[in-house]
Amino acid sequence: MIFTNLRRHRVRTAIGATGIALGVATMLSVVGLLGGAVKMFERILRSDSQMVVFEKNVSDLFFSNVPEDVAAELQAQPFVKVAQPVLFTIIAAADRPVVTCFGIRASDSRLTKGSWLHGRAEDFRDDGEGVVLGERAAEFLHASAGGRIELGQVSYPVAGVLRMENGFENGGVFMPLRTCQKAFHKPGVCSVITVALAAGQDSAAVKSWIAQHHPRLIALENDEFSRSYTQFKIMKTTAWVVGGCAFLLGGLSVTNTMILSVFGRIKELAIARVCGFSRGQVARMIFGESLLVSAIGTVAGWGLSCAGLYLLRAVPQFQGYIEPRIGWQEVAGAMALAAITALAGAFYPAWYAANLNPAEALRFE
Amino acid sequence: MTENPDMTPQVRIDEVWKSFDGGRIEVLKGVSLNVAQGEIVALCGTSGCGKSTLLNVISGLENVDRGTVRVAGREVAEEATRLNLLRHHIGYVFQFHHLMPDLTLAENCLVPLVATGGKRAAGLARLHDLAVATGIDHRLGQRVRELSGGERQRGALVRALINDPELLLCDEPTGALDEQNRERVFAILLDWARSRGRTLVLATHDPELAARCDRTVRMRDGRIEGNEGLEF
Repeated sequence: MIFTNLRRHRVRTAIGATGIALGVATMLSVVGLLGGAVKMFERILRSDSQMVVFEKNVSDLFFSNVPEDVAAELQAQPFVKVAQPVLFTIIAAADRPVVTCFGIRASDSRLTKGSWLHGRAEDFRDDGEGVVLGERAAEFLHASAGGRIELGQVSYPVAGVLRMENGFENGGVFMPLRTCQKAFHKPGVCSVITVALAAGQDSAAVKSWIAQHHPRLIALENDEFSRSYTQFKIMKTTAWVVGGCAFLLGGLSVTNTMILSVFGRIKELAIARVCGFSRGQVARMIFGESLLVSAIGTVAGWGLSCAGLYLLRAVPQFQGYIEPRIGWQEVAGAMALAAITALAGAFYPAWYAANLNPAEALRFE
Repeated sequence: MTENPDMTPQVRIDEVWKSFDGGRIEVLKGVSLNVAQGEIVALCGTSGCGKSTLLNVISGLENVDRGTVRVAGREVAEEATRLNLLRHHIGYVFQFHHLMPDLTLAENCLVPLVATGGKRAAGLARLHDLAVATGIDHRLGQRVRELSGGERQRGALVRALINDPELLLCDEPTGALDEQNRERVFAILLDWARSRGRTLVLATHDPELAARCDRTVRMRDGRIEGNEGLEF
């Protein structure tokens, strides 16, 4: 009966499913985009490391101040393979008020992981002033290797151009740590220290060492950091809230569709009762129709979001910046929300249909 | 009026009162009526006299204000009993067919089976027999909108009979049909009831049709005015 009823009212079914599809598509797109952005940021921090050390209780890593010397101390510990200090800053360039700047050492693995379009890794020196630009940054800053670039009212030589996989890094500027500290008046300070553990070593050793020697700092495994970092939490929560709001609109569409569906066939429902349908059967039929509409909408919305994100990634300006990530958790969440929306949206129509007085419904023409 | 003490009561109505609009409109005023198993009863009277309401209280579609209604010895006031009776014991045919226009005639006729969860194969076999008996077997695959008025009403009749009810209630079943179809549908009804010994209660304006029933119950202003024929 459920399939038959939906088949009989194709337009109505399509409208209801479209509402849900748009909700699902919006939610998955927003969650996927922000989730992808979070992942990209996580990868900036990881860069061949398993742990990150930063200042306790900071709301944003840009505000974290970690003494650079701690990196050297960590490096001297037997449980640490590599400890790299990184200073995150935002700098202004001509026509670009916000450019992400990474203060790193020449030994940072980022410089060897990217592909050099101009210049060489050796051109980036700890004691030098030459900066390396991500490919996208070089494009929008109209700079090339061998030239100079004005960043924050200071002119720097461009040592090279690097193509990075990560969109943030590809649109950023890599500056020697010392030069970066000087430019931002943060001598001897970095934002984080990324830590690669020595073979067979446990993260507990780093945590314990940091807690004992630098109680103002905290060491977390990368996954722990991702779960606890406030900015990530805010981004993820925002994504789900925005997606949830989209679902509310989709839910209204389902409610409207189901109300129309019930009111448009009051006599049919009355006849169903006369034919022996119980109130429960009638209610289940309405809920079932709503759930099926929702299921169709979820599948369509999933496809829509995948297609939309695929197209978005294909836009040259967004390449590298958009790295959507729609995992089974996001899909399961969207499906659960769609089901809840369908049930909530069908509640009143189902209640109305179940409590219909068949004799009265059949009396009126 | 003659009593037949050998007949089993199929419907027993005792002092039933029914009103609408918060008691402002009284439709049934102390109606009492017994219908025996296998009896064919015509309810006659002018429009608004309470015939349809009486059928509705027998089927349990309307609750009564006072009095009791029993079908097959069971009081219909209780929801579970009412549901059970509608599923397995009572068939109902209305003046208008009320078939679902976008479904085929066969799908419409099988709707009661969905309610009872009856076996589809058995239902299809029964549908075929009934369709042949009512002359619509060649139209089962057609959508309702493609059928004539008479075919639609015969379809509604098949739907009411698909679960093989003991009691068939008909509210002006031929009221919307032309002369030829009226005769055909009525003949099917009488034949079904007489050949199977089933009980038939039908509301009709038509004295000619009423005269062909076992008994005619005349209603007026919510009361039973008189019985003609055999009475239990």
